[in-house]
Amino acid sequence: MTAQQVEPLVDISNSDAARVGRAEMMLERARWAATVFERYDREATMAIVEAVAAKAHEHAAHFGEAVVAESGFGVAAHKKIKNELTAHPLVDFYRDQDFVNARVDEARKIVELPRPAGVIFALTPSTNPIATLHFKAILALMTRNAIVISPHPAVRESSVAAAHALCEAAVAAGAPEAVIQILEHPTIPMVEAFMHSPKTNLILATGGTPMVRAAYSSSNPAIGVGPGNAPVYVDATAEITKAARRIVDSKSFDNSVLCTNESVLITTQDIEKQLKIALKSAGAHICSDDEVERLRRFLFHPRGFNVGAIGRDASWIAGECGIRVPSSTRILVAPIGRIGVEEQLSREKLCPVLALHVAKSRDAAMTQARAVLRLTGAGHSAAIHCRDEAVIMRYSGMVEAYRVIVNAPCSQGAAGFATNLAPTFTIGTGYFGRSSIGENIGPQHLVHWTRIAHNSDKGEPFGEYHGLKREFRGPLAHAPADGVPGAGAAQSPRHAPQSPALDGASKDELRRLIAEELRDLLRK
Amino acid sequence: MSQKKQDFLARSKEFWNPGKTQDWIDMGVDLVIDRREGYYLFDMDGQRLIDMHLNGGTYNLGHRHPELVEVLKAGTERFDMGNHHFPALARVALAEALRATAPGPDFKYTAYASGGGEAIDIALKTARHANQKRRIVSIHKAYHGHTGLAVKAGDHRFSKLFLSEDTNDEFIHVKFNDLTAMEDALRGRDVAAVIMETIPATYGFPMPEEGYLPAVKALCEKYGALYIADEVQTGLMRTGEMWACTRYGVEPDIMVTGKGISGGMYPIACVLITEACGGWLKEDGFGHMSTMGGAELGCVVAMKTLEIVQRPESRSMGQYIADFLRAGLDDICAAFPDFFIGIRQHGLVMGLMFNDPEGAKPVMKRLYENGVWAIFSTLDPSVLQFKPGLLLSQADAEETLRRMAIAVEQAREDVMGNRRRMV
Repeated sequence: MTAQQVEPLVDISNSDAARVGRAEMMLERARWAATVFERYDREATMAIVEAVAAKAHEHAAHFGEAVVAESGFGVAAHKKIKNELTAHPLVDFYRDQDFVNARVDEARKIVELPRPAGVIFALTPSTNPIATLHFKAILALMTRNAIVISPHPAVRESSVAAAHALCEAAVAAGAPEAVIQILEHPTIPMVEAFMHSPKTNLILATGGTPMVRAAYSSSNPAIGVGPGNAPVYVDATAEITKAARRIVDSKSFDNSVLCTNESVLITTQDIEKQLKIALKSAGAHICSDDEVERLRRFLFHPRGFNVGAIGRDASWIAGECGIRVPSSTRILVAPIGRIGVEEQLSREKLCPVLALHVAKSRDAAMTQARAVLRLTGAGHSAAIHCRDEAVIMRYSGMVEAYRVIVNAPCSQGAAGFATNLAPTFTIGTGYFGRSSIGENIGPQHLVHWTRIAHNSDKGEPFGEYHGLKREFRGPLAHAPADGVPGAGAAQSPRHAPQSPALDGASKDELRRLIAEELRDLLRK
Repeated sequence: MSQKKQDFLARSKEFWNPGKTQDWIDMGVDLVIDRREGYYLFDMDGQRLIDMHLNGGTYNLGHRHPELVEVLKAGTERFDMGNHHFPALARVALAEALRATAPGPDFKYTAYASGGGEAIDIALKTARHANQKRRIVSIHKAYHGHTGLAVKAGDHRFSKLFLSEDTNDEFIHVKFNDLTAMEDALRGRDVAAVIMETIPATYGFPMPEEGYLPAVKALCEKYGALYIADEVQTGLMRTGEMWACTRYGVEPDIMVTGKGISGGMYPIACVLITEACGGWLKEDGFGHMSTMGGAELGCVVAMKTLEIVQRPESRSMGQYIADFLRAGLDDICAAFPDFFIGIRQHGLVMGLMFNDPEGAKPVMKRLYENGVWAIFSTLDPSVLQFKPGLLLSQADAEETLRRMAIAVEQAREDVMGNRRRMV
């Protein structure tokens, strides 16, 4: 038993002082880790990154299942794929980029030194919890930053276990202690304490709009990303069978919880029939008008999206709506006559329900695609299936999205897994989407560079920087503990006491928080 | 010095303590602490000092730690000192919390004092009662406080002045790290207890040699004496464990904690007692009484302190701070090897050794001028007590080292003149 288990007579846990106190201790511990990490050379850094990627890969399947069990949504097999993609492939993608050593530009007489952000506070969502956790942790390690993760409460237990496993792997590979930490009991006021702390250098916010806006309002540097609502336009020039198959594959992937999934399919009258046939043979059920109305009523409550439907599969949703479909049905397609505030189905739907709008012409289709993102999801993703580059260019210039995925599944493509975009679980929604970054977030966003700039006058020599190595002193030696047998090596931390089981009230509170966040995610 | 401060110091001499007030001025430290926050002290004239003294670990968690302030404020909504005659909610709660952290499974009770000296007296009385013997063995140059028994257990520096030194041959002082002397003192089997600061602070933190403390404990067992661990300065995670004695593999019979236990927010000190030593608490529970001892507000603050120091962050920050400062101090040591001659260290408990019998005094003065507060060891002024806080920030640690390097160089010149350094 430890003192922590003795019931405090005077409980201050709900005070600002307590929250700030907890936050600052974790953040300052992270600062120490970051300070020591900055002494590491690239080889030592990459050895840690590789070890963590290996651990992430190894536990990918386990946590795929664990989060589905904990949160009740998504597809474990697909989560395993995402969890794996954010392990070795992520490292491979950035392997040749050096965020540790100096860059020398002879022509401009400039030398650039990477300077880690320091302490990163990262939010991870309920929809891609472990993949995002892998992603942010590995990015932080590549750039020699310390990271404190705040998991979504709906997937708290799995996230805590995964983060501890990654940190253990990192430390075993030589990383400074506590280079990865996780907030074990996240609450909104607690998260705010972290965001507002001057000890936080950068906030990486992925999650509901309120959290992202809170990050930007915190007075600390933040990279926050907005929600998606991707339009996908199938042009008359497209290979329709392939397009339909890709769309169905993408929309059914992990039951559509990725924010990059196609939300509204737009096409033109001339290929409507053909496309519907192709969709059906790819596993889609095309709903009748009556079925669309049932879907609409089920998915959208007066207060917003039905969070119970998030990440559920197509036949479950059909069953709930009283729509009879074969059990093999992969997605439900809901034809809608118009797009905009009047049509809820033109909003983001984190479940395998795809709205379908048939426009009169190519021009009208493009205008409608633009309208989809005006409603919600600005700056995020759009897709097009088309064989005409001029049309692709025009579409891309019209939609307010910073990535337009061509002839590929948008779920994976926008996140860099079926395209050559940078693999990411944090999609920059840029200025359209009220974010500071418009590209896929990568390690380059977690360092700034000190630029050593010489006199541009040709008479002033630049000097020889190529031979110079930065001084890396490596890990700190353990201070002596004089007189202690075998002194020096400190003992590993005792494990913190198990948290008490949630009582009924806490569970209700948790449910309320989750529902609120998910609703906000889908509102806007 | 401002006129305001001069006036204040005059009043200090007139109403409070003329000798102490003047002594500090003579040592070049005209400090009047006004505002304080985190690990910063602000002199009444505005100078900021990084606190590396912490009043012997009292401010282990920093000054006015916000969570301790909050819990004290909240505590006043319900408690005051309490009534020492009766079972009291906060006293029992803290005793339970302390027992959970105790350095051995046999610990059972906690007796309360209002400060460290009284706690030591309770510990010595407890040992005498349990053992039915009078003699107490302590360390040469020991310091355990200023109350009746505690002052006798310490160096004569503080007892003779008041004609309060031991005259009945009941208090024996033996050399630290000298097992033969210890055995000689215990051989007569008439010793109630050996009292031992796990690392003697006021003597400049000489470190126990490997095996010394466990051997003392073994001698205690051999000759029927009890072992009292004075953990007032070394406890509360300052050596990387809750109590330093466990780092050395010693399970004491009685343990005393004070100072940092309530973070400097409300005075309290505690004596942890094993079942075997706690006989008086059953025989005559009114045997020791203390109106302010175990004040319930102090208990409330102490419980929060215990919770904070046991967080995983505390342990790892302590390690980072110890490692980082050591690396930096080693560099300074290497730059002035003829003056800064050694570092005694166990975690955040550090003694910096200088090559002059009073060498720590000019270092203290120069550090003070450079915005760092650390104090010489009263009973060995060649050693500077260097006691960084458990939650010290990285920035403050680095800042301290920078100022330290400057101050050590200046102090070296004060002591050794401009003699060339042997680098």
